[in-house]
Amino acid sequence: MAVRLVFLGKLADLAGVGEREVSAPLDWAGLLAALPGPLGEAARQDRTRIAVNGALLADKTTLQAGEGDEVALLPPVSGG
Amino acid sequence: MSRDVRLLTTPFDPATEIAAFGAAHRGFGGLCSFIGAVRLDGDVEALELLHYEAMTLPGMEALADEALARFGVAGLLIIHRAGIMHPGDPIVLVAAAGRHRREAIEAVDFAMDHLKSDSWFWKRELRGVHWTWIEPRAQDHSDLSRWG
Repeated sequence: MAVRLVFLGKLADLAGVGEREVSAPLDWAGLLAALPGPLGEAARQDRTRIAVNGALLADKTTLQAGEGDEVALLPPVSGG
Repeated sequence: MSRDVRLLTTPFDPATEIAAFGAAHRGFGGLCSFIGAVRLDGDVEALELLHYEAMTLPGMEALADEALARFGVAGLLIIHRAGIMHPGDPIVLVAAAGRHRREAIEAVDFAMDHLKSDSWFWKRELRGVHWTWIEPRAQDHSDLSRWG
């Protein structure tokens, strides 16, 4: 333990929570395994981005998170 | 060069902010400001903007730096609300001051296009008892592409 997962926007509704902890280390396959059903589908969508400790990943499949890292799942934005 | 970027979870008064920004930039020839507010739209009772602590404000600060450098304005102010707002409430204020009008107008236009579609905010609307997430609009992305 642990990597903190943060679900933003409508992904928090899908997850039922804003945050969750999962075991470290965490890679892309591990993330998908930790996200069942619609949440996993949303994570796979091109438009869903992933950030580690506030830094956006250019390619989310390269995810490598360790102890104490925060992994955010970011759906398309709609601001202003 | 001055940069003032704020992410607020409580209401603000754009007129007060613009007056202070203007006073701090006396002597520049051009000051442009834009205020975005919650639109009165049918049965929409409230709007909520969510943000992500680790990225939203840092992203706004990077955007302000980019606008300052790109348009050569002397001062840039960005204030953006998060939280629950009601029709008429101000959401966003962007102001720029520069020696000439065009750089100030373009800096504001650039910042607004990027705040709308390239900043870490998620929006939902309350109609009756139902909250609905708002998807990004195609128009927002074509607005963004104007800046290359």
